[in-house]
Amino acid sequence: MLLSPALAISAVLFTLGVAGVLFRRNAIVIFMCVELMLNAVNLTFVALAQVIGVGGQVFVLFVMAVAAAEAAVGLSIILAVYRHKQSVSLQNMNLLKDG
Amino acid sequence: MTGTPVDLIWLAPALALLGFVLNGTLALTRPNTKTLVSVIGAGVLLAAFAVAVVVFSNFRSLHPEDPVIYRYWSWIPVGTLQVDFAFQVDQLSLVMLLIVTGVGSLIHLFSIGYMKEDPGYARYFAYLNLFVFFMLVLVLGASFPVMFVGWEGVGLCSYLLIGFWFTDAANATAGRKAFIMNRIGDFGFMVAMFMIFWSMGSLDFATVFEHAPTALAPGGAAITAITLFLFLGCTGKSAQIPLYTWLPDAMAGPTPVSALIHAATMVTAGVYLVARCNLLFAMAPVSSAVVAGVGALTALFAATIALKQWDIKRVLAYSTVSQLGYMFLAVGTGAMTAGIFHLATHAFFKALLFLGSGSVIFAMHRAYHHTHVHEDAQDMRNMGGLARYMPWTAALMWIATLAIAGLPPLAGFFSKDEILTAAHARGHVQAIWLVFWGFGLVTALLTAFYMTRLMLYSFHGPNRTGEAERAHLHEAPWIMTGPLAVLGLLGGLLNVPELYRGSAWLHHWLEPVTAPGAALIPDVHLSRSSEWLLVGIAVLTAVVGVVGAWRLLKPAELVPAKQAPEERGFARILRHKWYVDEIYDALFVRPLMWLSREILWKRVDQQAIDGAAVNGAARGARALGWANRWLQTGQVGTYVAVFVVGVLLLLWRALG
Repeated sequence: MLLSPALAISAVLFTLGVAGVLFRRNAIVIFMCVELMLNAVNLTFVALAQVIGVGGQVFVLFVMAVAAAEAAVGLSIILAVYRHKQSVSLQNMNLLKDG
Repeated sequence: MTGTPVDLIWLAPALALLGFVLNGTLALTRPNTKTLVSVIGAGVLLAAFAVAVVVFSNFRSLHPEDPVIYRYWSWIPVGTLQVDFAFQVDQLSLVMLLIVTGVGSLIHLFSIGYMKEDPGYARYFAYLNLFVFFMLVLVLGASFPVMFVGWEGVGLCSYLLIGFWFTDAANATAGRKAFIMNRIGDFGFMVAMFMIFWSMGSLDFATVFEHAPTALAPGGAAITAITLFLFLGCTGKSAQIPLYTWLPDAMAGPTPVSALIHAATMVTAGVYLVARCNLLFAMAPVSSAVVAGVGALTALFAATIALKQWDIKRVLAYSTVSQLGYMFLAVGTGAMTAGIFHLATHAFFKALLFLGSGSVIFAMHRAYHHTHVHEDAQDMRNMGGLARYMPWTAALMWIATLAIAGLPPLAGFFSKDEILTAAHARGHVQAIWLVFWGFGLVTALLTAFYMTRLMLYSFHGPNRTGEAERAHLHEAPWIMTGPLAVLGLLGGLLNVPELYRGSAWLHHWLEPVTAPGAALIPDVHLSRSSEWLLVGIAVLTAVVGVVGAWRLLKPAELVPAKQAPEERGFARILRHKWYVDEIYDALFVRPLMWLSREILWKRVDQQAIDGAAVNGAARGARALGWANRWLQTGQVGTYVAVFVVGVLLLLWRALG
């Protein structure tokens, strides 16, 4: 069984994703890190599906569908921000901040 | 309902109310109307008096033992508290009804002349009509709350009319003083009402008096407290010690108002209340003694002050306080008939005295007005010898003076003598009443003295008004002297036709009302000879007072107010009314003002409520916001970091 290695890889991938979201400034990189976290979760689902049942595999399809939709919306937002600001750095996205 | 004209009783207050509404509308829309206002103002009162006479004569032929009660509508139906707006017609309320509408009519007529030149003519009559309405509600009310409505209403009208010329600050202050003093008394009335409802479950007179003997222990703490609180209400409304000081100041109002409200009717409401509750007071001997004692003390105290006042209306004001004291001495003694009898005779002769003084002031004022001199038109030192210029007023006032002094065969003699006899008789059972009797006797002496002094200084001796003014002193017009003459006839001769049997008639008439209380009071019968002895003493006292004043006082030595020196010694204390106003000011008014200003306003309101509570809450919210704004950086990274930390904490909690 590959359960333990699969969960370990999933944990590593998730941590990488969190770290990326936390420490990177580039919106596209952060976006990719979010995708990374989603896929880490997908991996966990698939791995555990072997133990618990097929439901986990079904869930992965849902997550992928949502991720695809999210990619479409997220990338278009980033594109719109880039057109407006000529930058995709998160540091510049502070329109709501007071002063 | 009796099916007789007695059922028309509601018309009397309704007419007065109608007068108020019409005159009030005129005052607001056409303030300059005079004739219509006079017709309405005096007309409704005369009509109300006619109603009163019709009701009285019909009731007399019925002569029922129980009061006739008219329930008009359910007023306060709350659980067990059921108060109907109901009128009660019985012997006592009818006597009051006749006095209020009778004297009221005459005073309304007098006012037509007295207030002729006043810009607030319509407003004045509106207030006066409203007063009569409330006074009738007071005397006709069949329960404590309905009576209380009238009680408060007359207080309101008194306030409005004392401050009638409100542009002068002193008048407005006098109005406020009257209102506040009455408020202290009203507090007593209300507490008494609460206690009555608490102990007997009803506020209707009939029910209360029926249940009182069984529900409350005679002489017990409850009944004593109830009656003492009721009496506190009386001391406010009827100007007794310690709440009497507002009445002399109330003379700031127009003189007919002083006659109607502050002498003949409103201030006697307290006496009426005690007479109405005679059963309750008879059940509480301590309270009765307090009532009689306060009455006797007030009578004496006010009479001493009246000795040295120069303002003609102030003398009469203190005289009123003193005579009210007499009435309380009577009702406290249990001699309800004597009290009500004195109330009636006093209403006539004191109204006559006040209207007479009004006529004098009217003449003085006009004389000064002609010469454009600003002198005090009410100061007796500026009068003197007025009998030559206004013989009618002088003659009629002399009748009232002799009546109030208690000289036979005038009305006041009978009522006053009856009170003194009753007090003396009660003194055979409880010695303290002999002291009260002594007070009453000394008061009688002083009354005769100061009233003669008033007459002597204002109507006799040389005139001190001034050379130029003298030519303008005239008798008042007939619309003013007419009511005076009627009052003189009634005030002087009331009761005379039947001599001693007159008051016996009143006694018999009031019996259904006073019998329950009278049954509880020790009945002492004086022998015929000692009764005559008492009468002799009383008459002698009055004669000594009148003759003494006539011989001792020298009007020729008086000088006009402007040049008069300040009194010395004891006279000065009396002139300053025993400094009671100053003492009250130092003891109550100023500490209260200080408390209000320094503590309640500057500390409690400004610092605690405004500062700490209101502004403090705002400041706190702002500080909280200021502290929290550092959390909102606007950087997604920060939020995510906090989010991650939060998730980790949750995981740690969930797993650990």
